[in-house]
Amino acid sequence: MKYLDEYRDPAIAKTLLAEIRQRVTRPWVIMEICGGHTHSIMKHGIDQLLPPEIELVHGPGCPVCVTPIEIIDKALAIAARSEVIFTSFGDMLRVPGSSRNLLMVKSAGGDVRMVYSPLEAVNLARENPDRQVVFFGVGFETTAPGNAMALLQAKQEGLANFSLLASHVLVPPAMRVLLSSPSNRVQGYLAAGHVCTVMGWQEYEAIAEEFRVPIVPTGFEPLDLLAGILMVVRQLEEGRHQVENEYGRSVSREGNRPAQAVLAQVFEVADRKWRGIGMLPASGLAIRKDYADFDAEKRFAVDAIVVEESSRCQSGAILQGLLKPNGCAAFGGDCTPEHPLGATMVSSEGACAAYYKYHHAR
Amino acid sequence: MALNPDDFTCPLPIMEYDTIQLAHGSGGRLSARLIESMFLPRFGNETLNKLEDQALLDLPAGRLAFTTDSFVVDPIFFPGGDIGDLAVNGTVNDICMSGATPLYLSTAFIIEEGLPMADLHRILLSMEKAAAAAGVRIVTGDTKVVDRGSCDKIFINTSGLGLVPESVAISAANLKAGDKVIVSGTIADHGMAILTSRKGLSFQSRVKSDTAALNGLVMAMLAVSTSIHAMRDPTRGGLATTLNEFAASSKVGIVLDEGAVPVRPEVRGACEVLGIDPLYVANEGKLVAVVADKDAEAMLGKMRTHPLGADAAIIGEVTGANPGLVTMRTAFGAERIIDMPVGEQLPRIC
Repeated sequence: MKYLDEYRDPAIAKTLLAEIRQRVTRPWVIMEICGGHTHSIMKHGIDQLLPPEIELVHGPGCPVCVTPIEIIDKALAIAARSEVIFTSFGDMLRVPGSSRNLLMVKSAGGDVRMVYSPLEAVNLARENPDRQVVFFGVGFETTAPGNAMALLQAKQEGLANFSLLASHVLVPPAMRVLLSSPSNRVQGYLAAGHVCTVMGWQEYEAIAEEFRVPIVPTGFEPLDLLAGILMVVRQLEEGRHQVENEYGRSVSREGNRPAQAVLAQVFEVADRKWRGIGMLPASGLAIRKDYADFDAEKRFAVDAIVVEESSRCQSGAILQGLLKPNGCAAFGGDCTPEHPLGATMVSSEGACAAYYKYHHAR
Repeated sequence: MALNPDDFTCPLPIMEYDTIQLAHGSGGRLSARLIESMFLPRFGNETLNKLEDQALLDLPAGRLAFTTDSFVVDPIFFPGGDIGDLAVNGTVNDICMSGATPLYLSTAFIIEEGLPMADLHRILLSMEKAAAAAGVRIVTGDTKVVDRGSCDKIFINTSGLGLVPESVAISAANLKAGDKVIVSGTIADHGMAILTSRKGLSFQSRVKSDTAALNGLVMAMLAVSTSIHAMRDPTRGGLATTLNEFAASSKVGIVLDEGAVPVRPEVRGACEVLGIDPLYVANEGKLVAVVADKDAEAMLGKMRTHPLGADAAIIGEVTGANPGLVTMRTAFGAERIIDMPVGEQLPRIC
């Protein structure tokens, strides 16, 4: 078992595609929530293989893309301080704030380091007691437990020089907002497999019922995506709207209970701003009062920074599935991965970057 | 610790200091001792031993290939190699991608004070071995020592000279529609070996760098046909970048077949975990050649008989359509663009 080839078998893909074609009788709009899905779809060309009745629209599930520009500016302000070692996942380093990005802060002398895990940042704090180590904790329910664990460890060990700049958002509130919008076109969801691995799918049952949409937690390999699409199509054609799990090898209804417990201990649900979408009530996670000492926004007094988005970037419409990246006037011209106007062009999971990388000449 | 036969045949010379001092780069007594004790025993040859300010070389008539490259890899020791053999192989490969026979190298070292003498010795040993394997001589060199923090342990520059055979005209601008694209083996081994051996990654990988001198393989290929249209070693930026350069220079399209590109399973696994595309990852012992359709099978057969070409594969073809564009036929029959990368690939969040 190699966990790759098994899920990339062209013969099985053909069978799944044939069944999708056979089931479809009319047009359907399906949203893949997760940016990881979008990239996999583009990389393997799945959108080119589906029957014309099925339109895939790309959802807001790219953690880099929905992180508000003012958090980036806060990160830049903290990273530029001489006492700080600023740590981040690689993705965030090139994301533009209002005037520059973390890589530019680094070349100007800031101590910005790419890490692979927040626990690595905790190690750095242990090894550098005379420096302030900050981890940029961005993402959905997927990355939040790791960041919570870092805070737990720091607090247990009394690592006063560690702090977290947190910007966590939650998927279900965004799904509700999209479905409630008068301009909504989405008729079925491929739910993000990794988010569901942590949170399970109980939360989605109410959404499926209330908005009468099928929701299928789906994995990231091409066969996962085709199977997920088939499961949504079957439900749509049969007039059903349930939560059905495609990603059985990773996702259970309850999710990962220990991870959820760590999350609840460190974070509480709070209102959050989404880049391109705006403030959504109860749509994110904030650090609880008990851990406020480890909140980088408070420690470095950057909570007053407020920034507005570039008006030329239409990532909001793109993240809501209202506009395809190549429908944006700036796409590929004024906005490229080298000179991105917004985060959807920067992140490896951003829909604009995916279109540019795999299909820009079309 | 495993015993290394080199520890017996080439023991670390007895030096007054067990780390590099600033004075080792001063040009004075310590510099002379460093050269005599550490460098000459490894690289010594008639030309170098004269210790003149320049190497005097008798060259046969013909076209010369001349190249230079600097090596700043971190970590300096990695699975499958180190900065020393990388510095020799890298320049040898740049020379022989023109079809030239590499002859002479220069080496220049910039060393951070405090580098363990044992580390320098290990690097010099592996340079000696790499030069012997490639059949090149190191004929001139230089050493500077800088303050702690002014460089990262050791940087090495190598330049090289080679002789281009008559009738060989390899160029990125020579691709023709219908040509076949051949890669000499599995891609992305070097880059992933470096990435997975850096501090901070908590999975143990078996990925080894492919660093190797390719001039032997190139000689074997030229014996099949001297009309190789284009050839490069896809180092930084990987196979995707090299093919984009070919497509742009020759104003042709290149279509790759996803299933045909050889990638080791452990490399593919590491790439998947980190969210990195192997097409953009560096190689240090692979070449990509573009040859006429009629020569392709014979070339491939010959390459596969060479140890450095055992996994060689035809991975795509040149087309007249979409000039400047590299595309890939996916295993599912769709097509996608293989673009130039913007910067270094950054591992993704989740």
